[in-house]
Amino acid sequence: MVDKSIVGTEMGGSWMLVEQGKVREFAKSILDDNPVYSEEDPPLPPTFTMAMAHWPAPQGGQTAGLSKLGLDLLRVLHGGQEYEYLGEIKVGDKLTTRSKIADVYEKEGKRGGTLTFVTSETTFTNQRGEDVLVARTILVQTSKAAS
Amino acid sequence: MDRINAHFEDLQEGDEISDWPPVENVSRSNFVRYAGASGDFNPMHHDDTVAQKVGYPSVFGHGMFTAGVLGHYLTDWVGPGNLRKYAVQFKGQLYPGRTLQISAKVTRKYKEANENRIDADLRVQDDQGTVLITGTATAALPSRG
Repeated sequence: MVDKSIVGTEMGGSWMLVEQGKVREFAKSILDDNPVYSEEDPPLPPTFTMAMAHWPAPQGGQTAGLSKLGLDLLRVLHGGQEYEYLGEIKVGDKLTTRSKIADVYEKEGKRGGTLTFVTSETTFTNQRGEDVLVARTILVQTSKAAS
Repeated sequence: MDRINAHFEDLQEGDEISDWPPVENVSRSNFVRYAGASGDFNPMHHDDTVAQKVGYPSVFGHGMFTAGVLGHYLTDWVGPGNLRKYAVQFKGQLYPGRTLQISAKVTRKYKEANENRIDADLRVQDDQGTVLITGTATAALPSRG
């Protein structure tokens, strides 16, 4: 059981510089051979910002934050991912992020036990102060560890 | 139906795209390359010993690898930069050797924010019929006009 009062909790932030080589590498990793990704000013693959999702944040990383919120990481699965594309992101942009817990709810699992869904929401802001992307990660905590 | 660079006029509500070429024989190398590109080195995706210890038959792909491949098909269809929303739910694991089958259905066609938009339902399943991802997308499409 996760306390619903964690909704709204700020999770800290991070930043990234959007680099051409990283865009090209990421496109290749999702099997996208569109030559546009080899150009100097490519668009970003829709899930590109995953490339910074696993960087440790100054506060000790997103995962450290999750365990502080009462989530047991051994029982947590990635249930879903959502993006809202608010503005264009280009190579050379500096994106700053801030994350918060946006939602917590429970559901009965199909095989018994309670599933707890936790949505963390990250807003990406560019160097001009424009919000360009909102990403939501839905984590699911099962009532028992995988065995 | 065009699965590359679709135009607003060419799509109707209810249209389905099921002729996207499958991604055949997904391999451990695909998962390792995605781990490197994304920085997600959860051992469940590259270390069979760890995956088997917790009861999985082998390593399995990152959910976001499959969501990334689906995003690649989507941008082929609607054009890079034209997505407005993209959401996925993870339903099943992708094991090495499986083939990905990707499909989409146009659910709504409308104008919003001075753009020609469509909503679509998305689906990825493997060659054994296991659904891996269901999802939705909203895109602004170019017009022929």
